[in-house]
Amino acid sequence: MASRALYSPRHPMLKKRDSFEDILEERRHSSDLRYALRCYTPTLYKGLVPCKASMLKSIVLQSDHLQYVIKQVSSESGDSTECVAEEASLILDEMAHRLQLSTVRFFVFTLSKAFKRLFRSVCVNEEGIQRLQQAVQEHPVVLLPSHRSYMDFLMMSYLLYMYDLPLPVIAAGMDFMSMKFVGEMLRMSGAFFIRRSFGGDKLYWAVFSEYVKTMLRNGYAPIEFFLEGTRSRTCKSLTPKTGLLNIVMEPFFKGELFDVNLVPVSISYERILEESLYARELLGIPKPKESTSGLLKARRVLSEDYGSMYVYFGHPVSVRSLTEGKITRSQYNLLPRCIPQKPSADTHEFLNDTAFRLVRIQEGNMVLKPWVLIATLLLQNPDGMDLSSLAEQTDWLRHLALAFGAFLDWPDHAACSEVISCSLALHRHLLSVSAGHVQLSVTDAPQVETTPEEAVFHQAVVVLSCASYRNQILHVFLRPALLAVAMQSANSNRKDDVYNCFNFLRNMFSSEFILCPGDSVQDFEEACYLLMKRGVLQVLEHEIVMSASGHSTLAFLSSVLDPFLQGYQVTPHTQCANLILRRFEISVFRFLCVFVIMASGRLKCYEALSSDLQKNALAAFLRLKAVMKVKVGDQVTLKVNKIAVNSLEDTLGKSDVISHQNSWWSSMAMFEIAI
Amino acid sequence: MASNSSSSTAQQRLRIIAGHLQKRPEDENASVAAQECKAEAPRSEPSSATPVPRRRQEIMKWNGWGYSDSRFLFTKKGQAEFTGKRYRLSGLILPSLKDWFEGTFGANLQHRSPATPSLNLSAVAPPNLNQPFVEDLKAAGLVVSHDPEDRVFRAHGHCLHEVFALREGRIGRVPDMVVWPSCHSDVEKIVELACKHNVCLIPYGGGTSVSSALECPREETRSIVSLDTSQMVSVYMHACRQYLRIRRLNEHGYCTGHEPDSMEFSSLGGWVATRASGMKKNIYGNIEDLVVHIKMVTPRGVIEKSCLGPRMSTGPDIHHFILGSEGTLGVVTEVTLKIRPLPEYQKYGSVVFPNFQQGVACLREVARQRCAPASIRLMDNEQFQFGHALKPQVSSMFTSFLDGLKKFYITKFKGFDPQHLCVATLLFEGDRGKVLQHEKQVYDIAAKFGGLAAGEDNGQRGYMLTFVIAYLRDLGMDYYVIGESFETSVPWDRVLDLCRNVKERIVRECKERGVQVTQTYDAGACVYFYFAFNYRGLNDPVHVYEQVEHAAREEILANGGSLSHHHGVGKLRKEWMKESVSGVGLGMLKSVKEYVDPQNIFGNRNLL
Repeated sequence: MASRALYSPRHPMLKKRDSFEDILEERRHSSDLRYALRCYTPTLYKGLVPCKASMLKSIVLQSDHLQYVIKQVSSESGDSTECVAEEASLILDEMAHRLQLSTVRFFVFTLSKAFKRLFRSVCVNEEGIQRLQQAVQEHPVVLLPSHRSYMDFLMMSYLLYMYDLPLPVIAAGMDFMSMKFVGEMLRMSGAFFIRRSFGGDKLYWAVFSEYVKTMLRNGYAPIEFFLEGTRSRTCKSLTPKTGLLNIVMEPFFKGELFDVNLVPVSISYERILEESLYARELLGIPKPKESTSGLLKARRVLSEDYGSMYVYFGHPVSVRSLTEGKITRSQYNLLPRCIPQKPSADTHEFLNDTAFRLVRIQEGNMVLKPWVLIATLLLQNPDGMDLSSLAEQTDWLRHLALAFGAFLDWPDHAACSEVISCSLALHRHLLSVSAGHVQLSVTDAPQVETTPEEAVFHQAVVVLSCASYRNQILHVFLRPALLAVAMQSANSNRKDDVYNCFNFLRNMFSSEFILCPGDSVQDFEEACYLLMKRGVLQVLEHEIVMSASGHSTLAFLSSVLDPFLQGYQVTPHTQCANLILRRFEISVFRFLCVFVIMASGRLKCYEALSSDLQKNALAAFLRLKAVMKVKVGDQVTLKVNKIAVNSLEDTLGKSDVISHQNSWWSSMAMFEIAI
Repeated sequence: MASNSSSSTAQQRLRIIAGHLQKRPEDENASVAAQECKAEAPRSEPSSATPVPRRRQEIMKWNGWGYSDSRFLFTKKGQAEFTGKRYRLSGLILPSLKDWFEGTFGANLQHRSPATPSLNLSAVAPPNLNQPFVEDLKAAGLVVSHDPEDRVFRAHGHCLHEVFALREGRIGRVPDMVVWPSCHSDVEKIVELACKHNVCLIPYGGGTSVSSALECPREETRSIVSLDTSQMVSVYMHACRQYLRIRRLNEHGYCTGHEPDSMEFSSLGGWVATRASGMKKNIYGNIEDLVVHIKMVTPRGVIEKSCLGPRMSTGPDIHHFILGSEGTLGVVTEVTLKIRPLPEYQKYGSVVFPNFQQGVACLREVARQRCAPASIRLMDNEQFQFGHALKPQVSSMFTSFLDGLKKFYITKFKGFDPQHLCVATLLFEGDRGKVLQHEKQVYDIAAKFGGLAAGEDNGQRGYMLTFVIAYLRDLGMDYYVIGESFETSVPWDRVLDLCRNVKERIVRECKERGVQVTQTYDAGACVYFYFAFNYRGLNDPVHVYEQVEHAAREEILANGGSLSHHHGVGKLRKEWMKESVSGVGLGMLKSVKEYVDPQNIFGNRNLL
């Protein structure tokens, strides 16, 4: 059943979602202390082999797999096995969690206080919790929350404690560990720490994978990790990583477990705590190092209103039913299972495919607030909008979004204008409202005179913050929008031409958005289906025709992708700038920013400054061979492939939205001079 | 002790010499090979050794397992009883079987599903005879029959669906004729005539197949002739350089040591053709270790080796084309087997483990130290309880008191959970001193894994189970319970995972019971699953069963288990052959078939 949920042709309108309960409601009426100290008796996995954290460690160290790798490493490096085993033990010490109920209780107490201050409500789908309760007893469970904020895993553990579910062990990045004291606190509340990169380190990988698998096999606790690998700074889901997914599936592949349940969890925020931090980071201000003092300084966030938070527990997905007909488990029969095996090509494809689908489930269950619609509209109208037309368009957009299956939390009985003014109030720091005219702008800008560059920078922060809200709804519009752009660029009504163009765009944006590899045809059909249903298009056997009333919808949809298309055009140049950035001062970068913006003369280009977009664009260009990596001595530099760029330009250039910027493609030289 | 054994050797010698002097036995008073070697075996289970006559229906059930006189039934008082006189259990009351039966399957003695009482001869299609072939056979002086009963008897093995259909009186395609050769040259004649007249031959040994191997292929349009080898006696025993019948082996102080669970009924040719395995393989080896020489008649001619050398390096061993060929290449007519002196001493034993995991770990250690007894089997908790249900009524107060004490000691004093404990049954063979020494070694290993010696009685009952389980299935079928066993072999490190996953898969597919590890190898074990369910209210129970078994087999293969350890492939498991032996492997087998039997005379369509 679970697999059907994952693979069914998506007809978003039919999707039924659970209702929410506000869990803070009760917290506001009873004692947090008593709550933190209440009796906690979680439902456990039926096959649980009870063991303490210290026992776990010795099981891992004694495991056949680790012993095998230790011997292998020792014979390769020439160190004695004791020496390597000692190293393994140290790695494990550095990694392992030390879950303690008392620490958890402390967190529960403080978090209760904090959540009540930060959020108006924290909403959870209790049916999802019930499903999870069931799943936890049947098979080992892996929790896969989306990752938008540091709050995510604190909230997860808090909720599981609250509903008497076993507390998860959480894969966390090593950077937390450097936070004095707090790192240890997190460790004692179930976090285990992994290094961000350990590509070639066999021993580390062995310890890490065995540690996770042992916990899973014993049914010790649900494993929690983030498919996206890191917090998404843009609020778009990130391309999922498959390493950990492979680790948690392997016990099933190898027959060590009958099944594993994967539970996608979608956590959405009405206002993200790290909002402006993210925008600054995207503009090239490095992320502040995690530190305890930094955390204390961040206290001021506590005084602001962050609206509501939503946690949606999706349907458990059984790995067994996922793999049916896709993976032949007998491929693992020929080697003793303790010998690590690299996933075969088809396993790899399966993992990748599954990861994408899980992220799409996460996306689909994210709650969208009215502000998301407003932000979308405001970004498309950089010169601001009248409140009345904003209300009108928001209402129109709301219906469109609902028709496309958006999980929109629109207050039931409130007038549209009321809803809008509420949203505007919550996000007032991004706006200026005067005389019924709303515009994105810097409101709390320092009074002192700023340089033009600084002004541009501040404006960019606002735009990027706002974009992070629009990004939340992109997954709803993405496929129809790709189709809309494809129809414009194809300059033809023939279905094949439109499809080819669609496919090209899809390919170009495959690191920008969650587009399952190999789903091109389905995506195209989904887009056609949605737009047809909306009466925008008529899809005939060989042709796609726009209906008379469809113009405004198509125009809206293609302008949704505008910032990205423009960003990708600018990128080959700024990318070079970024490379140079390593050698030059940040002021050079700022100069470039201004340069870009002045030259383009359009506000939309602010988004082209986002390092995330540039990174994705670079990946796309590398994939499309428009940019090549060239090794010069030790240094890798990037070279623009003029021919490929020209052909790209031919394909994209037809789109009238961007044609006026064609000159950009050839302005490489200017940058070189500038630098 | 030494003098003891040397004197027994001397006695054996004398017997051998006596054998030399004896006149070579004639062929006419035929009997099935397997029964003979245990006529006087110390292990008197199964006890009686009636030769199977040409007309099997005279002593055997037409729609169930084994002898007509032996069956389980519930008496009017609701007590289970095993009838007949052939087995140790015969004539005994089994007081706890009813509760187990009702409790485990939710069956009810009020709800009966009786079998069709007798074979409806009109349901059997008239034979499609190839007249010239029949006349040629008769001219050659061969015994043939197209009596419907004879034909029905040779149209099935003992798969659930086969027996179930018979009980309901449904008869599918049956052979058109039965022929009983009595020696190698008879077989040569039959095969030659079959080629000449293009008829399909299906060799038949003991009819104990559980792989649909004896079913007549539906697509076969030629006349099908069942070639029943049960009346052949040409069995040569190597080692004392003389011809002996297996029946006389024990009289001469020898045994083959090959004891498959179906040994009362199965035939030597069948063992060879299916790559059989016996429960004492730890000492004597499997059939492939026992055969020295095989002669097989194929449509191309006779295949055999030129000498009895114990091992040859003459390319791939041609015996391995024959072993496990499942009647697709020809008829095995003569086999030379290694034989061994009868063991001087036999001892059963059993060990209780706190749980299945410990039991498996112990068996693995026993295998690692290469000190496995003649037989060692581990039963899981469900099967242990099943075995317990077959405990006969105890004769004295003292025994029942002792049993109670034993139970108290294990569950209360040692703290074994009755819902988790499992039992290993053991059988030691050899000379007395060595057996006792061996026994101690095994019990010492068991102790390291928390095992407690639990007496000979439990062990013996465990082995008895394997001989009566097939009879029990007939009882179940009288009360809406159907079941079957299936087996696999698997490396040691996967035994537990495989058992757990397959059980869970079965549970998921429906309601069920039981697993045991039956044999140990250095590199792995043979795992047996017993699975039964109550089908009252189900429309097509056999189909349900088949779906479950199919799912279970897929699960076994996915978990690193083999397609079959000793049951063979037949037609039941054919679909997985390619996956099991690779496309090239299957191609090799096919090309052998193509060469040996281009006309597909041996057209039972097994295996390939």
